[in-house]
Amino acid sequence: MEKPLTQHIRKDGRPLSLKEYEQVGGYQSLRKIVKMSPQEVQNLVKESNLKGRGGAGFSTGLKWSFVPMNVPKPKYLVANADEMEPGTFKDRILLESTPHQLIEGMIIAAYAIQADESFVFLRWAYKTAAEAITLAIYEAQEAGYLGKNILGSGFDLHMHLHTGVGRYMCGEETALLNSLEGKRATPRAKPPFPQVSGLFGRPTIVNNVETFCCLPHIVNNGADWFKKLSLTKDAGTKLYGVSGKVKKPGAWELPMGVTLRELIEDHAGGMQDGLKFRGALPGGASTDFLVEEHLDVKMDFEGVAAAGSRLGTGTVVVLDDKTCPVGFVKNLEHFFAQESCGFCTPCREGLPWIEKILASIDNGDGRPEDIKLLEDHTKLLGPGNTFCALAPGAMEPLQSALKYFKEDFERHIREKGCHYEMEMATKALSQ
Amino acid sequence: MKVDTIMNKDQELKMLTTQEIKEIEKAISIVPYKKAACVEALKVVQEHRSYVSDESLKEVASYMDMSAEELDSVATFYNLIFRKPVGRHIILLCDSISCWVMGYENIKEQLTHKLNIGYGETTADGRFTLLPNPCLGTCDCAPALMIGKDLYRNLKVEELDEILKKYE
Repeated sequence: MEKPLTQHIRKDGRPLSLKEYEQVGGYQSLRKIVKMSPQEVQNLVKESNLKGRGGAGFSTGLKWSFVPMNVPKPKYLVANADEMEPGTFKDRILLESTPHQLIEGMIIAAYAIQADESFVFLRWAYKTAAEAITLAIYEAQEAGYLGKNILGSGFDLHMHLHTGVGRYMCGEETALLNSLEGKRATPRAKPPFPQVSGLFGRPTIVNNVETFCCLPHIVNNGADWFKKLSLTKDAGTKLYGVSGKVKKPGAWELPMGVTLRELIEDHAGGMQDGLKFRGALPGGASTDFLVEEHLDVKMDFEGVAAAGSRLGTGTVVVLDDKTCPVGFVKNLEHFFAQESCGFCTPCREGLPWIEKILASIDNGDGRPEDIKLLEDHTKLLGPGNTFCALAPGAMEPLQSALKYFKEDFERHIREKGCHYEMEMATKALSQ
Repeated sequence: MKVDTIMNKDQELKMLTTQEIKEIEKAISIVPYKKAACVEALKVVQEHRSYVSDESLKEVASYMDMSAEELDSVATFYNLIFRKPVGRHIILLCDSISCWVMGYENIKEQLTHKLNIGYGETTADGRFTLLPNPCLGTCDCAPALMIGKDLYRNLKVEELDEILKKYE
């Protein structure tokens, strides 16, 4: 099984130096692309069927193709390394261990759209990654992979590291651009799309870290090779992860399209002793729950969508049978309410209201009509009713929890409290 | 009379240090216009002064050719720009979903008990400020927290004393 993105990661976790990275074939792809036209690089990536690994799953090559080519400088490229989706820890691994792979991928993307300025937008908490990237950018500059006239091609690219100051909204690409411009990270209206008018009003591409890391391998091995890595129509490998009460939580690079069951039972070692699988968020906090009937769902963009959810970031958060689904969703909605940028009313006002309703149900103050009220909110804050995707994303786990775990909500209201807590307390007393 | 008052106010304004200006200028040099580096400028001042006081905010605003109000609208948007005094060490406790499933609430209870402070508060000796933090991105090793630049994973309640001891 090929693991192009992670095969060279050192066991001690220390990042690969430039020399070590070059020894395993690093930066070879640049020698190929400088002999290609930007259009040829775009076509190659389009053919490879690489889809964005940040959550939306949009074709990377197609995204690039909207960038106007014959316009004056500057054009911008941005790596979205603001990994803040709760339950998601995949980009951290790539950033800390193989920063040069990210830089090489970014150079390929920049060449394809002829960008001359680039930023890595890294979240504040990733201190180890910040050190690794700072050093790697310096090494790449010294070696002539960044800067002016890269490998004698006449192509220039400058790269800067920007560390964010903490806000989930910065993961949304237009809000990220506002943040890079020194503004509040509120989303922008689209159109114009960033490809045409992005950072500082210039053509801009924002891609996820894992997406960039796929690029050197696509250039080196070809589009067909990349497609064949996958078990399904969605090409490549994927960095999957599992957290929650499983025996061996972790992250693994696997062929795109492995099943949820394989992830949880084979790679994560199954549920902890005495616990049963109840459900899971397949790709971060803003994805709908999948439940037992979905265990054989293929974890690619189409497969998860057909099951009524989204692949998202591909990092699974597991809910077990001794953890309260109401408390679980309350935690998620607290996060979304706190991280709403406050720019549009349904999100700013709706999410805190939802959090309060969930808290009152959890505390035993819920009313029978609250369930209907929550269901109404999943529509009022759904797609099309808010300015960006934050609130609709927040509604995904809520609407699916109300569908699959309704009895738990009703029982909290009926029994005026949390039966999971009661059971735990009773057990503790009897011991 | 009025002129005097304004002048006095200006005199009260501390100046940015040479080192701070150097760092802010570096950030300005990579963006097309000054204002775009204002988040960086806030970070620089916070790095040197531990938090961004009203006075610091005014100094930065003046240097960046912005009004204090405009800069404050940016400063207060972000979770990790501190507009109030903070302790010598900042504890960021992850309160997101994987950590919650893995026992975050226990850690929080113990930590607030040991430090005798709640979220957003600083210990009386100025040693620690405790803050909740959205997902630290280490969910396979939950629960987790950060103190300063140090990340602690797979936290157990019994380890908290040992961890806190390292920070004076």
